[in-house]
Amino acid sequence: MASLVGSRVERKEDKRFLTGKGRYTSDINIANQTYAIFIRSPHARAKIKKVDTSKALKSSGVVDILTGEHIAQDKIGGLIAGWAIRSEDGSEMKCPANPPLAKDSVNFVGDPVAVVFAETLDEAKAAAELVKVDYKVLKAVSNLVEAMDSEAIHDGIDKNLCYDWLLGDRQKVKEAFEKADRIIKLDITNNRLIPNAMEPRACVIDYNTASEEITCYTTSQNPHLSRLIMSAFGGVAPENKLRVVAPDVGGGFGSKINLYNEEIVCSWASKKIERPIKWVAERTESFLTDTHGRDHITHAELAVTNDGKFLGFKNETIANLGAYARVFGTVTPTYLFGPCATGVYIMPAAYSNVKAVYTNTAPVDAYRGAGRPEATYTIERIVDKAAMELGMDPIEIRMKNFPTEFPFKQTLVHQIDSGDYVAGLNKAKEMADYDGFAARKKESESKGKLRGIGVTSYFEACGIAPSPVVMMLGCGVGLWESAEVRFNPTGQVTVYTGSHSHGQSHQTTFAQIAADELGVPIENIDVVHGDTDKGTFGMGTYGSRSLTVGGIAIVNACKKIVNKGKRIAAKMLEASPDEVDFKNGEFVVAKSNKKKTIGEVAFASYLPGVRDEVKSPLPEGDEPGLIESSFFDPANFSFPAGSHICEVEIDPETGHVKLDKYTAVDDFGTIVNPLIVEGQVHGGLAQGIGQALYENAQYDDSGQLITASYMDYTMPRADDLPDFNLGFTCTKATTNPLGVKGCGEAGTIAATPTVMNAVINALDGKEISLPATAEKVWKACKEMKKSNAKAA
Amino acid sequence: MKTFNYHSAKDVKEASKLASSNSAFLAGGMTTIPSMKLGLASYKDIIDIKRIKKLSGIKVSGKTVTIGATTKHSEVASSKDIKKAIPSLTALAEGIGDPQVRNRGTIGGSIANNDPAADYPAACIALDATIHTNNRSIDAEKFFRGMFETCLKSTEIIESIEFSIPQKSSYQKLPNPASRYAIVGVYVAQHKTGINVGVTGAKSSVYNEKDLVAALTKNFSSSAIDNVKISSSGMNSDIHASAEYRANMVKAFAKKAVDAC
Repeated sequence: MASLVGSRVERKEDKRFLTGKGRYTSDINIANQTYAIFIRSPHARAKIKKVDTSKALKSSGVVDILTGEHIAQDKIGGLIAGWAIRSEDGSEMKCPANPPLAKDSVNFVGDPVAVVFAETLDEAKAAAELVKVDYKVLKAVSNLVEAMDSEAIHDGIDKNLCYDWLLGDRQKVKEAFEKADRIIKLDITNNRLIPNAMEPRACVIDYNTASEEITCYTTSQNPHLSRLIMSAFGGVAPENKLRVVAPDVGGGFGSKINLYNEEIVCSWASKKIERPIKWVAERTESFLTDTHGRDHITHAELAVTNDGKFLGFKNETIANLGAYARVFGTVTPTYLFGPCATGVYIMPAAYSNVKAVYTNTAPVDAYRGAGRPEATYTIERIVDKAAMELGMDPIEIRMKNFPTEFPFKQTLVHQIDSGDYVAGLNKAKEMADYDGFAARKKESESKGKLRGIGVTSYFEACGIAPSPVVMMLGCGVGLWESAEVRFNPTGQVTVYTGSHSHGQSHQTTFAQIAADELGVPIENIDVVHGDTDKGTFGMGTYGSRSLTVGGIAIVNACKKIVNKGKRIAAKMLEASPDEVDFKNGEFVVAKSNKKKTIGEVAFASYLPGVRDEVKSPLPEGDEPGLIESSFFDPANFSFPAGSHICEVEIDPETGHVKLDKYTAVDDFGTIVNPLIVEGQVHGGLAQGIGQALYENAQYDDSGQLITASYMDYTMPRADDLPDFNLGFTCTKATTNPLGVKGCGEAGTIAATPTVMNAVINALDGKEISLPATAEKVWKACKEMKKSNAKAA
Repeated sequence: MKTFNYHSAKDVKEASKLASSNSAFLAGGMTTIPSMKLGLASYKDIIDIKRIKKLSGIKVSGKTVTIGATTKHSEVASSKDIKKAIPSLTALAEGIGDPQVRNRGTIGGSIANNDPAADYPAACIALDATIHTNNRSIDAEKFFRGMFETCLKSTEIIESIEFSIPQKSSYQKLPNPASRYAIVGVYVAQHKTGINVGVTGAKSSVYNEKDLVAALTKNFSSSAIDNVKISSSGMNSDIHASAEYRANMVKAFAKKAVDAC
């Protein structure tokens, strides 16, 4: 049987997704369900003086209305930050309470205050309009730059500062900078983004009055973690009385890592009102209340020699947390950002200093790439600026500072096990026809257009684990992953995984791995995920960890199955287990034609006996059945890397940026399914390009989100994008048996600086802030024309 | 959405009779229905006019193209007769919204709504359109009054729009990157009787850009536009485009339109 790892197996999921048969949370309806509508703050910052539900309670079809008072009475806990970060001075971070329904104050537009449950959605909406909330409106802190000098949003949190964190050595950096020929300086704003999963958040809650168990169907990237938080911190129900199911989920991108107010409130309320509850976010609610991404202001400096060697790097960043610190909110701008800010380079000295501040905006948390896009944008922009100031080619300066020996101890944290950055950049250069750029630029100029080329080399740290390291860094849980592999007596296999697919195609990729390990046809393998009642515990999917952590747990569980199978087959074949080889689904006794298929062994393990004779195929000490599980905690993160090159053509008359060519060369180690990996790269690139050219979440001074619909928030569209030219290099990860590295976020991480480097290259080095909208580019072109005229 | 009475009118007379100051005619519903769903608008009566056969269809004569009010954008976009007579008009229809919108949205609805960023109003101005209603015929320049405002009375129904076939014409639009409505759309048309430059998106309502008309009348070439100054006063300004940018884009897209004529 040919190996399935490495082949373009078509996605098992596609049939149901493309024929409208996906089963999402809002497809679930429970008899006798009520409909929930949340009453949300229209103000960015206010004190709640009074919530009057009397009129609304009398409205037609209303079952109940609950408020922050009820939450407090029932002692239901709030939302939490998952990582504890310490400041440079050793003090612990400061986090405000975040009750599921606000009782005393609201801190962003969309902060929920009360909830109506009614027989129909229309009745719930009508009643919601009758709930009167009396607010004392306060001055909102909406501007990130001014946040530390503004009034404190939360009692006891001075300067709105959560922490002032340092990674690296200030003294060493100072010394390195003193030796430099030149210091390159760069100020950048990493624009705020709204994740915009295609499926809005939703939950359907079913409280069973007989078993007293709550079932929460929800749009989550990590149902097990949601259950843990809802039980341990929310106090909604003990874990054994709480089942969380995340069925098909239409995209997460980090925004569905968090457990949200609505899930806690509806789970708690379902028990209280003894009725099932359905809540589905409208698109405006998604814009307002899904966690947002990015939103940094950074000042960076790079110390270089005149021949382009890097001596040191520092960055001072202010990161926006929004109104509250959520699960990955505090780690995204620190350990997911700081270490990667020195890029793929040998950097003798470096530090990252990050001040995370609260503002009256939606909470900011992990968004595809989480910290690493911000880091890569910083270093790759400043490296390009250095090349420009030194008159060097952007590829040359990168090559000059690449490490060539692996494992490579990266400056700030990571020990990178494997990689070949030179090979990746060389391949990208060739595939992009880098040398032909000058001719293409000339051609564009003959049409009155400007053309620019941009290069980015990146590495990232993903496959978030190992537990002892992440817990040492402040993570509240271990980040291993679990799997269980069950052989049925009749030979099919069910694989249970603790990771969750919301677009990643685990049903295909994981089945490929298991098929190879067990020698069972892929059609006979099912992958089950997303249900706390099915399979063991799990940490979920984010940080490109499903394959490198969850996939390896599957491999290990399969290996245990094969080991047990060997012992059984040996006994059945009257040989010693050492003499039995396993290949292509068959246990074969060496130097003989004696063999048993794994299906026969599975059958025998469940039916361990024969007629007329007391005889078991099971060796002494082995129990019946063929089910194994594994908890995998890898030795390190995984470190994919690559180089991307793109070309843009700009119309100076309108400022329109046409993305003309995009080449991505990535090293994801072993690739299990190239079709799926290419899809991941395509999607990642689209989001990274979105940040570079289109997407921008904007709040006005009073804290109103002014980009709260698709009329104003620009998503990248298919016709904005060129055909992507993808290539791969491969250095296998040494930290897992498959040699795999994460691929889900790479496109997003690399694309933003690649596109911006190209735009700025076209503008002869003129800095422009993210996103490079047509008007900004048009203005830059106009100024360029003016200064060129002056020079002439 | 608030409750309302739904009527399906069998002819224009019945539709008009059912109408009041608290009613809306429903054709494609591309604006009416979302506004009602979002709670921005509510009506006592919704009068569906889609079943009135007379209101739909395309007629092309030697001098004019007449399009029934409930004709869908997709029907205009795919009409070979219109393409032959006024290719810029089919191109405009093809560029409205997305396929779903084009398969439901109607020309009459677009014009009656007079969204400041809609495409068809620019065509009406550039192509000397006459808007025929159930009781009068109105010149395009008098029809559009201001933002979302026309001279239609509440019981008045657009029956058809009659466009003059120009000698040459082109519509060029800078779409809003988010909504794909026009940030600026410029429709240049040269008729035997004169030149029109219909501009949409730039101001509170569509208008004929007289300075460009004057310049192009003297010399119908994009270089003639270079020396025209378009003032940014009165131009729309939002997070996607400032007034200054819009003013410059009117010029840039007028040049593109002239070059494409």
